[in-house]
Amino acid sequence: MEHIRMPKVENVRLIDRISSRKAVLGTLYLTATHVIFVENVSETRKETWVLHSQISSIEKQATTATGCPLLIRCKNFQIIQLIIPQERDCHDVYISLIRLARPVKYEELYCFSFNPKLDKEEREQGWKLVGLKEEYNRMGVPNNYWQISDVNRDYQVCDSYPAEVYVPKSATAHVIVGSSKFRSRRRFPALSYYCKDNNASICRSSQPLSGFSARCLEDEQMLQAIRKANPGSNFIYVVDTRPKLNAMANRAAGKGYENEDNYSNIKFQFIGIENIHVMRSSLQKMLEVCELRSPSMSDFLWGLENSGWLKHIKAIMDAGIFIAKAVAEEGVSVLVHCSDGWDRTAQVCSVASLLLDPFYRTMKGFMVLIEKDWVSFGHKFNHRYGNLDGDPKEISPVIDQFIECVWQLMEQFPCAFEFNERFLIHIQHHIYSCQFGNFLCNSQKERRELKIQERTYSLWAHLWKNRADYMNPLYREDHSQTQGTLRPQTAPCNFLYKFWNGMYNRFEKGMHPRQSVTDYLMAVKEETQQLEEELEVLEERLAELKKVQLNNRKQNSKQQDRNKHIELSTSNNSIANTPQDYSSNVKSFPSRSPSQGDEEDSALILTQDNLKSSDPDLSATSDQESGVEDLSCRSPSGGGCLPSEDSGKDSDEAVFLTV
Amino acid sequence: MEFAELIKIAKVENVQLSCPGLLPVKGTLCITSHHLLLSSQPGGNGEQGMVELWLLLRNIDAVEKRVASSSGSITLKCKDLKVLQLEIPGMEECLNISRSIEALSSVESVMMMYPFFYRPQSMKLKDGWQLYPLQHYYQQIATETTAWRLSCVNGEFTVCPSYPAAVIVPTAVDDNTLKKAARFHQGGRFPILSYYHKKNGTVLLRSSQPLIGPNRKRCPEDEQLLSAALNRGERGFIIDTRSAQAAKQARMMGGGTESKSSYPCWRRLHGPLERGRPLQESFIKLVEACNDTSLSMDRWLSKLESSKWLAHLKGALSTACLAAQCMEREEACVLVHGAEGTDTTLLVTALAQVILDPECRTLTGFQGLLEREWIKAGHPFHFRCARSAYSHARLKQEAPIFLLFLDCVWQLGRQFPFSLEFNEHLLLVLFEHTYASSYGTFLCNSEKERCLCEVKEKTHSLWSWLNQPSQQKKHLNPLYTYNALVIWPSVEPQSLQLWQGLFLRWIRSSQYLDEAWAEIQRLVTSCEDAPEESAGDRQCHSQPDAAHPHRQTQLGNAG
Repeated sequence: MEHIRMPKVENVRLIDRISSRKAVLGTLYLTATHVIFVENVSETRKETWVLHSQISSIEKQATTATGCPLLIRCKNFQIIQLIIPQERDCHDVYISLIRLARPVKYEELYCFSFNPKLDKEEREQGWKLVGLKEEYNRMGVPNNYWQISDVNRDYQVCDSYPAEVYVPKSATAHVIVGSSKFRSRRRFPALSYYCKDNNASICRSSQPLSGFSARCLEDEQMLQAIRKANPGSNFIYVVDTRPKLNAMANRAAGKGYENEDNYSNIKFQFIGIENIHVMRSSLQKMLEVCELRSPSMSDFLWGLENSGWLKHIKAIMDAGIFIAKAVAEEGVSVLVHCSDGWDRTAQVCSVASLLLDPFYRTMKGFMVLIEKDWVSFGHKFNHRYGNLDGDPKEISPVIDQFIECVWQLMEQFPCAFEFNERFLIHIQHHIYSCQFGNFLCNSQKERRELKIQERTYSLWAHLWKNRADYMNPLYREDHSQTQGTLRPQTAPCNFLYKFWNGMYNRFEKGMHPRQSVTDYLMAVKEETQQLEEELEVLEERLAELKKVQLNNRKQNSKQQDRNKHIELSTSNNSIANTPQDYSSNVKSFPSRSPSQGDEEDSALILTQDNLKSSDPDLSATSDQESGVEDLSCRSPSGGGCLPSEDSGKDSDEAVFLTV
Repeated sequence: MEFAELIKIAKVENVQLSCPGLLPVKGTLCITSHHLLLSSQPGGNGEQGMVELWLLLRNIDAVEKRVASSSGSITLKCKDLKVLQLEIPGMEECLNISRSIEALSSVESVMMMYPFFYRPQSMKLKDGWQLYPLQHYYQQIATETTAWRLSCVNGEFTVCPSYPAAVIVPTAVDDNTLKKAARFHQGGRFPILSYYHKKNGTVLLRSSQPLIGPNRKRCPEDEQLLSAALNRGERGFIIDTRSAQAAKQARMMGGGTESKSSYPCWRRLHGPLERGRPLQESFIKLVEACNDTSLSMDRWLSKLESSKWLAHLKGALSTACLAAQCMEREEACVLVHGAEGTDTTLLVTALAQVILDPECRTLTGFQGLLEREWIKAGHPFHFRCARSAYSHARLKQEAPIFLLFLDCVWQLGRQFPFSLEFNEHLLLVLFEHTYASSYGTFLCNSEKERCLCEVKEKTHSLWSWLNQPSQQKKHLNPLYTYNALVIWPSVEPQSLQLWQGLFLRWIRSSQYLDEAWAEIQRLVTSCEDAPEESAGDRQCHSQPDAAHPHRQTQLGNAG
């Protein structure tokens, strides 16, 4: 609060990024948790809410005649451009936001003030929604081969691992501790996924400290134990997800990878996924492409290619596919690691699990998957997503990439997932929002120390409560795509990976399909269900009535049903949108070079301004056809289905400092 | 000419057919005048005597053969982009087959083509040809305004050989004036009405370029014609589908574009679109990239980029939206032309109508639009679709301008999934039939040629086949609901996608996507059926498609 120099600025303009000529006048508020822009237009008073924790960068641009521009880029890919009339105000807002966007203590984060008005019991219930013990039970462990180990009970063996780890039954505490000493950050091999049907498993760890020649008997025994836990196979794969060059470079630092000669019966495999620094700059490059104003097709495709983003996504998918294949088709267990085993390893293990097990493709299962492979195994959420002010070199879109992999799979298998795209987008949003406690800190240990579960709420409960919004209408438990392992096409497959417009340009409403098939089908599905239920009731009643020989009354109620049905189809018909500035896409207007002479031949440019003068509709939201882009994208209350809606719904709980 | 002379060998046993996604089958290969057939033999993978391949020879774009001493293999690359492989025992047989296919598939004469021989029992010859007469379209306009009349000045195709016999022109302009205006336009394509926008009474006109030439000729009749299209005091827009510079340069060749001083009520805009050879090359490059399975992710994107196909798509949609915007938002009349007025012009006017007019988005309305704006309007299908993306023949006048149109419509359907009554499958069928068909609808370059060849008397209409209930059902979008509004698409690069259903149709399996559509269909029908009386039984089930052998949907050309 003491960081807010300027709680309120009037006459601020919010720029529409698609057509920069459009701007709305309003008032800017800074609160302890949000930046809020309220439009002056009296009927709508549209509001744009941005959580401080979503702010990734703030840029103060050169002052112009109209004011001082401020550009706010958000971690959920929203870009807000404001023009503040007074340079001094702009500076104050800038300085305040810089501080607000970079909290230094966990206690400053939104989840500690966010209160969805649930009582203690409901909060506890929420945290119990996803349980890992149940999950390992579901997989079929503990069993004859795997047991739960309490060796890490007090996080003494490995402080970034969970307290409860599943290890081969034949691995003694001595072996585990010995192995942990031979692994980076002491992240010893532990069970991530177990396949009941054939005993094959996916284990994960960090790199071995093998250097050029070091060996560790316990570590070798550990891998041996993993192999023995799968009696159907006489070897295991060890998958190093790094490019070979990186792994070799690590040897010089006393780290590295397993030497096939020292371990009995392993098959070693490199899968070249790049490190967090490469990924960070790749995303940066792709976002620059997204930010281009009316780019040409070439600009866009070149930019996308140069970013390398889809190449990286494909590398992660390929690794997941390789592992899923080893487990499902060959029945071979796999040990996965990268360097520390908390980024690429998490990506790859979770993609493989998702391919292997239909449970993870359900809503509940997906929550469990993130909880298992990411949260419990010490993915460094705080560092990677910059929740607290820290080293910018630690930031990297690791889980974003995993979420995108899921989307890419959803595109290829439209019926395979119980949840829809919105579910993924909202999870991404909340990984950065810090509104819920799930993703705080870097490890389970830290979360326990902070007593996260007693002080904050769980995202999973929140999503589960609103699960109707996240359903994929095409999902059916008995559908062929929901059975067994998913086998994505592998070759040729480059063209299967597409730019995810719905995520990276999600706030540019004008770019998206104007009609949502998902929502429509969900409505249809509900309607059908309702009608079927009603029909059932009616039939029962009819039977009763027949018994008493009173046939008359059914007619009316049936009529009502039909009317309702008609309503559904028409209400979905009110599709609206506005044209964009097509003339700007028509390149090389002649009058751009009036110097060519030949005055009579110089044609005119049909600009938005020209059109506007004669056509007020272009900028207004009043007519039937406009409005979709204008109404929905910003306001949390009118925003339909955006995550900012959460902040909107919770707006009364937000801590207001001003107003 | 006798087909028999071209058939060097009619039948070869033990030929193995393979194509991506299906198990290879062995059988007897037969060559007829118009088809390549393969029926499987006992012991093969297929059922005995089952027809595994039923391919229209006209569909074959390129034949590539490789012979060894005792056998040979032929790769058939089809105009619909599928690729088939035949393994033939015997070198001589292989050479003879490939010679026969080459000769038969490149028969030039229209009247020797299959539609003139195709006589399905279930259809009558005359059906379908009169489904969408211009008179009907004119009558709809006549109920709204008297400013436009139907003229038969081109009754004998003498004023403009590429126009139909009847055209819609301003009532205030007589036929003599039209004749003089026609002489001032390339190929005689004087400005005529393409679309009447009922909502505000504005019109979309199209023509070819005026023959202004280096000496800046004027034509009072043309000026009169164009000003008659406008009400007093109104202004119109001329959208030239060439760049300003290209339009200016065209003057050196006798063409040009309307000048401000001669046409004071018209403002000119330019929406440059590629056509002709560059477009064909773009198509070839794209298909090449799609078929190259060795590409890495990066190479794929750069090949996609360098094909420029998506850029052409963006250009076409932008210009069509510009025209639509002038009419809908500016409430102004629009004239579209490029050079000949038979390619990009039609692309823009047809696309603008799909965007503006909900009628054009229905199944029959769309057929009517194609009939009016492409077929009768004189898009030279015979020239443009003679060869597809694989051909090694020297390019002549080929250009996939109609395919570009279909792709744009597909993009609209993707952005507005409820607003088109028809589905992707219809667009695919149309694509196939423009390149090789059993029906006469896309034959020839103009109505004049169609009359000369008696196409309407001697061939069947594609529409009458498509409008059979069993076919229609396949082409309906289960999500369709009538949408009276204008559908303004996004033309940002992020919003446009490669049309995988067409370009990757034979390369990747669409099984999972097909399943999704089946699921959508199931959901929607179960909702329709839920109210007790399932009144929505408009389409009769029944009538298995007799004309089609078993696996033809996968392999053969429909027809």
